[in-house]
Amino acid sequence: MSSTLRNTLLFLVMGLLLLADAYFHSWNSALYILNLCLISAIMALGVNIQWGYAGLINFGVMGFIALGGTAAVFISSDPVYAAWAAGGAGILVSGVFLVATIVAAVYVRKLVDKENKGLRIFATAAVVVVGYFVTRYFYDPAVLAIEAVDSSATGFLGGLGLPILFSWIGGALFAAGAAWLIGKVALGLREDYLAIATLGISEILVTIMRNEDWLTRGVKNVVGLPRPVPYEVDLRDAAWFINLSERFSVSPSDFASIFVKLCYSGLFVVVLLLVLLLAELALKSPWGRTMRAVRDNETAAEAMGKDVKRIHLKVFILGSAVIGLAGAMLTTMDGQFTPGAYQPLRFTFLIWVMVIAGGSGNNWGAVLGGFLILFFWMEAEPIGVALLDQLTSGLSDDSPIRQHLTDNAQQMRLVMMGLLLLIVMRFRPSGLIPEKGAERR
Amino acid sequence: MENLLNAFILLVNYIVIPATAYGCQLAIGALGATLIFAVLRFSNFAHGELMSFGAMITVLATWALQSAGISIAPLSTALLALPVGIIGAVAMTLLTDRWVYRYYRRQRSHNVIFMIVSIGVMFFMAGLIRFIIGPDDQNFDDGVRFLINAREFRQWTGLEEGLAIRSSQAITLVITIICVAALFWFLERTRTGKSMRAFADNEDLALLSGINPERVVAIAWIIAAALATIAGTLYGMDKSYKPFVFQQLLLPIFASAIVGGFGSPIGAVAGGFIIAFSEVIVTYAYKKFFTYILPEQLAPDGLLQLLATEYKFAVSFIILVLVLLIKPTGIFGGRSS
Repeated sequence: MSSTLRNTLLFLVMGLLLLADAYFHSWNSALYILNLCLISAIMALGVNIQWGYAGLINFGVMGFIALGGTAAVFISSDPVYAAWAAGGAGILVSGVFLVATIVAAVYVRKLVDKENKGLRIFATAAVVVVGYFVTRYFYDPAVLAIEAVDSSATGFLGGLGLPILFSWIGGALFAAGAAWLIGKVALGLREDYLAIATLGISEILVTIMRNEDWLTRGVKNVVGLPRPVPYEVDLRDAAWFINLSERFSVSPSDFASIFVKLCYSGLFVVVLLLVLLLAELALKSPWGRTMRAVRDNETAAEAMGKDVKRIHLKVFILGSAVIGLAGAMLTTMDGQFTPGAYQPLRFTFLIWVMVIAGGSGNNWGAVLGGFLILFFWMEAEPIGVALLDQLTSGLSDDSPIRQHLTDNAQQMRLVMMGLLLLIVMRFRPSGLIPEKGAERR
Repeated sequence: MENLLNAFILLVNYIVIPATAYGCQLAIGALGATLIFAVLRFSNFAHGELMSFGAMITVLATWALQSAGISIAPLSTALLALPVGIIGAVAMTLLTDRWVYRYYRRQRSHNVIFMIVSIGVMFFMAGLIRFIIGPDDQNFDDGVRFLINAREFRQWTGLEEGLAIRSSQAITLVITIICVAALFWFLERTRTGKSMRAFADNEDLALLSGINPERVVAIAWIIAAALATIAGTLYGMDKSYKPFVFQQLLLPIFASAIVGGFGSPIGAVAGGFIIAFSEVIVTYAYKKFFTYILPEQLAPDGLLQLLATEYKFAVSFIILVLVLLIKPTGIFGGRSS
C-alpha cells in the first residue's frame, strides 16, 4: 500500500471516529471535540516544528499556550479606565524600574572584571536588591489601587477592547517574543536541561498569571470575552435562522449551538490549513533542509558554515508562535481565560504525546496525532466508565468496589496515554505517519 | 532583650523548622533522582510519581494496620507501614526497568529517548495512582501531633512567641539523617557502592573491570525507589497525601538535584536545603519580626514579604533556571554531559 493511500485511510478513520461520536452522543459533542482537535493539531504542529524539524525539546508548551490566552485578554477585553487612572501610572513606572534593574544587572556583570568574582557577585546582588525595592515602592500601591476598582467585576487593567480575532495574531506575537527571550538565554543548554528549564519557565509564567490579579484577574478568571461568531441567543430569534433550522427539521435552540460550533470549526480549519501549508513549504525549502541537517548532525552543519545557534533560535520562535496562536484560539473558543486550568500534564506532555504518536518530523503526522490523541483523551472517560460498568456488572450497584472503580474511571485516560506513548516509542518510534525518508532516530 | 528572644523564636518557628523539614524531604527525593541520573544517565520525569506511588502503598498499608488495630503509639503507624511501601515502589521500578527501560539501554538510545519514555511512565503511574486511591486528599498520620506545643512552650518560657515542633517534622529529620548516612556509607565503603560509583564515572572502564551493569542498574533503581517512598511518605505525613502535589514537587526536586550538581549525592542533599530555605525565606512575611526588633515608632506597616506565598514553588523554578543559565554543573560540579 502506498504511503499516501495509507495516510488518507488514517485520516478517514479519524473522520469516522468523529462521526461515531456524533452518532452515539450528539452532533454538539462531536463538533466540540472536532474544534478541540483542530486546535490541538495546531499546537502539535508548533511542537513538531521545534522537535521534529530541529530536535529542540520544549517542555514549556503550556506556558506558550497560556501566553496566547493572555493575548486574548489583553487585546479583546474592554479597557478599565478607572483602574488605569488609579494605578496605571504606578505600574508603568515600576515596569520601567524592573527593566532598568535587569539591564543594570547585566551591564554591571559585563563592566566588572571577570577575574574579580567576589566583587562581581556583590555588585550584581546590590543592583538587584536596590532595583527590587525601588520597583516594589511603585508597584505595591499601584496594584492595591487597581485591584480595588470594582474588584468583583474588574479589578484589573483590562485590555484594548479590539475584536478577538486580532488576539490570534497577538498570541502568536506574545509567544514569539517570550520565545526570543527564553531562546536567547536557554537554547545553549543541553537537551535535558533545556527540557527542565522550559518546564520551569512555563510554570513561572502560569504562576504569575494565577497570582497577578491586576493583570489577568488571577484565579478569579476573565469571563465573557467577546466572540468572533454570533451568540446563540441572537440566532434563536432571527427569522432567517428559524427558517434554516426548519429546513433541517431541528429545533432552533439545538441548531443554534451546532451552528456556533460550526462557525468556530470553519475559522479553525482555515487557520490550520494555513499553518499546515506554511509548515510544509518551510519543510521543503532549503531552509527546512538546513534545519534537518542541523538536527541530524550539528557538528557537520556547523562545519559547513551554518550558524546553528541562530537557526535554533529562529525555529524555537516560529514553533512557539504557532503554539501561542493555538493558545489564543483555545481561549477564544472557551470565551474565558482560566489560568487555573493550565496543567503541564494536559497542555505540555499531552501535546508531546500527539507529536510522537503522530510522527515527529512529519506535519501530517502531527496533525493526525493531534486529532487522534485529543479524541481519545476526551472519549476515555465515557469509554472507561462503560467498560468498568460492564466488568463490574457482576457486583451489585451499591458495592463499594464497583462504586470506587466507576468513580475513578476517568483517571484511566492518563494510564491509556502513558501506555500509548510507551507502545509507540517501543514499536513504532517514527510514529503513525513517519517522516519522509527518515531513518529511525 | 525579651523582644530579641521573641524575634529569634519567631524566625525559628516559621522559617528554620518548616524549611528544615521540607529541605529533608527534598533532599531525599533529589538523592533518588540524582542517583538515577548518575547511573542511567537520564532525567527521570517519573520520579515525582514514583514518590507518590510509594507513599500511596504506604498509606494503604497504614490503613490496613490501623483497621487491624496494630499501632506503635505514640509514633505514627505509617512508619511501620513504610517497608511495605518501599517493597511496592521497588517492585514498580524493577518492573518498569525490565519492561521499558532495559530495551532502550540495549539499543544504547540517546538520553532524550529515555526522557520521553519516562514521560510515558509518568502518565501511566499518575493514572494508576489516581485510579487506585482517587485524586483527593488522604489523611493517614495518627501519631502524636506535637513534640513541643506552642502553648506549653509559652508557659515554660514566659515569652510571647510560641515554638511548635510537630512530631512529623522531628521524624523527618531523624529519618533523613539515617538515610543519608546509610547511603553515603554504602557508596563509600561497600564493594557494591564502589562499583556503582565506578559505573557512574566511566561506564566503559567499569565494564572492562568486570562490573555487571544490569546489577548496578537494578541496585540504583532499588535505592531510588526506597528513597522516593521515604520522601513521599514524609512529605505526606508533614502536609497530607495528595496525588496532585507530587506533580508540582517534581520541579523543586530537579531544582535541588541540579543546584547541587546533577549526579552528585552530596550536591542533592545541599541543594534540597538551599531550595527549601530560599522558598521559605523569600515568602515569609517579616512584619512581626521587625516589630519586635525595631523601636515602636519605626514599626513597619506592610507585610514585608519579598514574594507572595503563592510564589513558593516559583522560587525554586527561578533558582533552577538561574543555576542552569549561570552554572549548569551546579555547586558541587555534577556531570555536565
